[in-house]
Amino acid sequence: MGRYVARRLLQMIPVFIGSTFLIFAMMFALPGDPVRALMGDQAFDPAVVEAIRHDRGLDLPLWQQYLKYLFELVQGNFGTEIASQRPIADIIAQAFPVTIRLTLFAFTFTVVVGIGLGIIAGLRPESVRDRGLLALTLVLISMPSFVLGYLMQYLFAFKWGVTTPTVQDSESFGDLLLPAIVLGSLSLAYVARLTRTSMAENLRADYMRTAVAKGLPRRRIIGVHLMRNSLVPVVTFLGTDIGNLMTGAIVTEGIFNVQGVGDAIYEALFRREGATVVGIASLIVLVYLLASLLVDLLYAVLDPRIRYA
Amino acid sequence: MTIIKETAGVPAPRAGGEASGPLLEVRDLHVEFHTRDGVAKAVNGVNYSVDSGETLAVLGESGSGKSVTAQAIMGILDMPPGKIPHGQILFRGQDMLTMSNEERRQIRGRKIAMIFQDALSSLNPVLSVGYQLGEMFRVHQGLSKKDAKAKSIELMDKVKIPAARARIGDYPHQFSGGMRQRIMIAMALALEPDLIIADEPTTALDVTVQAQVMDLLAELQREYNMGLILITHDLGVVADVADKIAVMYAGRIVETAPVHELYKRPAHPYTRGLLDSIPRLDQKGQELYAIKGLPPNLLKIPTGCAFNPRCPKADDICRTEIPALAPVTEQDGSDLPGRGSACHFWKETIHG
Amino acid sequence: MPEKTAATAASTGAEKVTSTAAAPDTALVTKAPKPDKARSLWSDAWHDLRRNPLFLISAGLIVLLIVISAFPGLFTSASPRDADLANHYLGQPNWSHFFQPDWFGYDGQGRSIYARVVYGARASIIVGVGVTALVTILGTLVGMIAGYFGGWIDTLLSRLTDIFMGIPFLLGALVVLTSFEKRAIWVVILALVFLGWTQIARVARGSVITIKQADYVVAAKALGASTTRILTRHVLPNALAPIIVVATIALGGYIAAEATLSFLGVGLAEPTVSWGVDVSSGREQLRNAPHVLIIPSVMVSITVLSFLMFGDAVRNALDPKLR
Repeated sequence: MGRYVARRLLQMIPVFIGSTFLIFAMMFALPGDPVRALMGDQAFDPAVVEAIRHDRGLDLPLWQQYLKYLFELVQGNFGTEIASQRPIADIIAQAFPVTIRLTLFAFTFTVVVGIGLGIIAGLRPESVRDRGLLALTLVLISMPSFVLGYLMQYLFAFKWGVTTPTVQDSESFGDLLLPAIVLGSLSLAYVARLTRTSMAENLRADYMRTAVAKGLPRRRIIGVHLMRNSLVPVVTFLGTDIGNLMTGAIVTEGIFNVQGVGDAIYEALFRREGATVVGIASLIVLVYLLASLLVDLLYAVLDPRIRYA
Repeated sequence: MTIIKETAGVPAPRAGGEASGPLLEVRDLHVEFHTRDGVAKAVNGVNYSVDSGETLAVLGESGSGKSVTAQAIMGILDMPPGKIPHGQILFRGQDMLTMSNEERRQIRGRKIAMIFQDALSSLNPVLSVGYQLGEMFRVHQGLSKKDAKAKSIELMDKVKIPAARARIGDYPHQFSGGMRQRIMIAMALALEPDLIIADEPTTALDVTVQAQVMDLLAELQREYNMGLILITHDLGVVADVADKIAVMYAGRIVETAPVHELYKRPAHPYTRGLLDSIPRLDQKGQELYAIKGLPPNLLKIPTGCAFNPRCPKADDICRTEIPALAPVTEQDGSDLPGRGSACHFWKETIHG
Repeated sequence: MPEKTAATAASTGAEKVTSTAAAPDTALVTKAPKPDKARSLWSDAWHDLRRNPLFLISAGLIVLLIVISAFPGLFTSASPRDADLANHYLGQPNWSHFFQPDWFGYDGQGRSIYARVVYGARASIIVGVGVTALVTILGTLVGMIAGYFGGWIDTLLSRLTDIFMGIPFLLGALVVLTSFEKRAIWVVILALVFLGWTQIARVARGSVITIKQADYVVAAKALGASTTRILTRHVLPNALAPIIVVATIALGGYIAAEATLSFLGVGLAEPTVSWGVDVSSGREQLRNAPHVLIIPSVMVSITVLSFLMFGDAVRNALDPKLR
């Protein structure tokens, strides 16, 4: 197992490099120049601009720039923003905890409600409550999060006045409740459907028949025999979904004015601060990769037929 | 192996034999499945009985209703689409079909246990065999985890799984086919039930392993004096183990007989066809006999005798009248105990 | 990771097949009714779909949406770009004025929301259909090559898929699209294809690996069939069902993605008429005139919902496991 983890960690390196390089290359292709933006409308000396560019290594070929960047990154140095001169690590340190809180909140909501609904529906495939849940999840999936976000904001803040339209205190779970629900709703719908399908399918498995033939009580048949088998695909989905939740925060944070990663990345994109975008993106990619490793390990725990190959 | 009535008396009937009569009796059982293409009549009036210490072999092709009958006894039919419009299943004289779910659950596993054909898919893939065996003791007898484990190891020894103690934590996929089937047997045996239903217990196994597993099953049955219903399509398996045989076709019993009599003198053309299609060494080089045609579509069972389209002896009466399971007698009219045939021409078949 | 998950998927899949095949008489009873004419997967699916109300409703809606986007002029006489600030600024909807320009009211620039909604359908449909078509072609190609040839080709393509999968979809699309000054509809399509092909590639690879080991492919190979012939005649037709299922369901997602990106200001932009753009411009007036934002939002949702239901129905019909 230790060797497997080590190998997987090694395998992650090229993927991490590839993904971050892609993002880096795309940022490099961005039109507009942060150095030029720095000068504003004032007349500027091309020589000064060149000097800054050279100083920053912006005149090097792409791959050299990337290697340099990666080299710094490995040492924990994210660089500084060109315009504001703020260390990017500061921006990250400020934004990440907010988003992680929001994501975890949304994740918990997704897991608890999604699996719960899935079980309720999956135990009675084709029943009224099953069809009702399928309809509900279809509606949730078909509402892009900005639609749901504004709908919630309009209803809860403007119409009923239950909450403030935007998040005042990103430390307060009460304030984060609405954004978390909006952020998690899509995943919730998927988790509910996946749980439901998986349970409905396993319900007809031979080992379920054996469990009944053993004279086990229904609670045990469902709780032990069915659940252990049915949750395997759900866990897989949840792991790969963490990355999506974190980037989904771009929209949600925008709507509810949460000062998190999504907000920071969106800002940076429009200020053409490539290094900030790549820095944050690298972290998200890392979270995604680690989460999928975790899922693979969990997968083998949940399903002993999987061997660490 | 001795024949029915004798065995029943030899070892004393096991505890709680309040009602006399057979351990299990199926009376006029009907099972149908409501599918989107119509109603499939899987079982159409089956009668049979088993005593303690007795082995009944139920023989038939797939689709003959032999497994469905067993599932109905066990109470593991999927309902819907399955439905039992008719019939009784008496266990020690009590009709299980009228019992509450909880009463039936108490019987399952504890009084009647089942061994399935495909042990790999019938064992839960994500739970260790020790857990699945121990579950029987923990649920039905309230044993602690530790005690249940000790009992499970004992069981695994009993079914001759080598290194039981070391393998108790292994998962089903880590065992060979034969070993897995032994685990299924151990699981069925755990609470020393009165009756075991074995549904094609050796079909999925290699021939060499088949014999070992069958021997083990027969040995344990003798030891615990259990009733055994052995469902199979393999005449070879039956001969050494069974006391009596019921041959099923299209949801009906077409012939019943003590095992050796059936082999000697079948009283139904279908049984004869089955026997003739067994390859025999002394007929090497000859063309192998095969029953022509296909098993009937259960949505459209032929009128009259269901076997008539495939029967070499079929006559007009076979196409219109369903033959009842009638007692079979010697040519001189003397009794042949335990024998019956559902053929209009049983006389010609057995004596002809 | 893909090695392992694909292998597991294949092995569990195989197990399920054997378990249903080995199930006793019950399985045979339900299978038995079909010997008279062997129904193919596709005709069986069609048989199911024709009597599925969800399918009929969603197919009807999709046809309507396609007609609207092809001939918006048939549905409204108003132009989506005519602005009359003086008379119509944030005009309220008149729910009884069916098909009139003021049916859904007016937006912050005095434009008929009904007309904008009608004309906005085209962008969504083109993006949805275009991205799905290209993603399916590209993904199937990559997945089929990786799955069929295996070896280093598979390793290379699988790592490439991993890399693209490692980039979160929305983040990637944001970055790609900000690098374009002018974002015509094909730019949005290409950006979504650039990031979206991985899903189909994985599905295709997985099912090709399973099919490759099937007896009929082995037999075709033994009989000396050429690689192209095996791929086009044996592998592709049999791998198609899961690919189509994933693609139809993804279609709704691409429409939602376009709307989201337009909403974030990196997708389509004025003067292109798009629901996402309209939602975005309606956000300022959410408190006073929610209809400006809600109506195009509802249109996005209904469209996505139609495609989702459609995809769902197709999947249920094509996936015998769910029967």
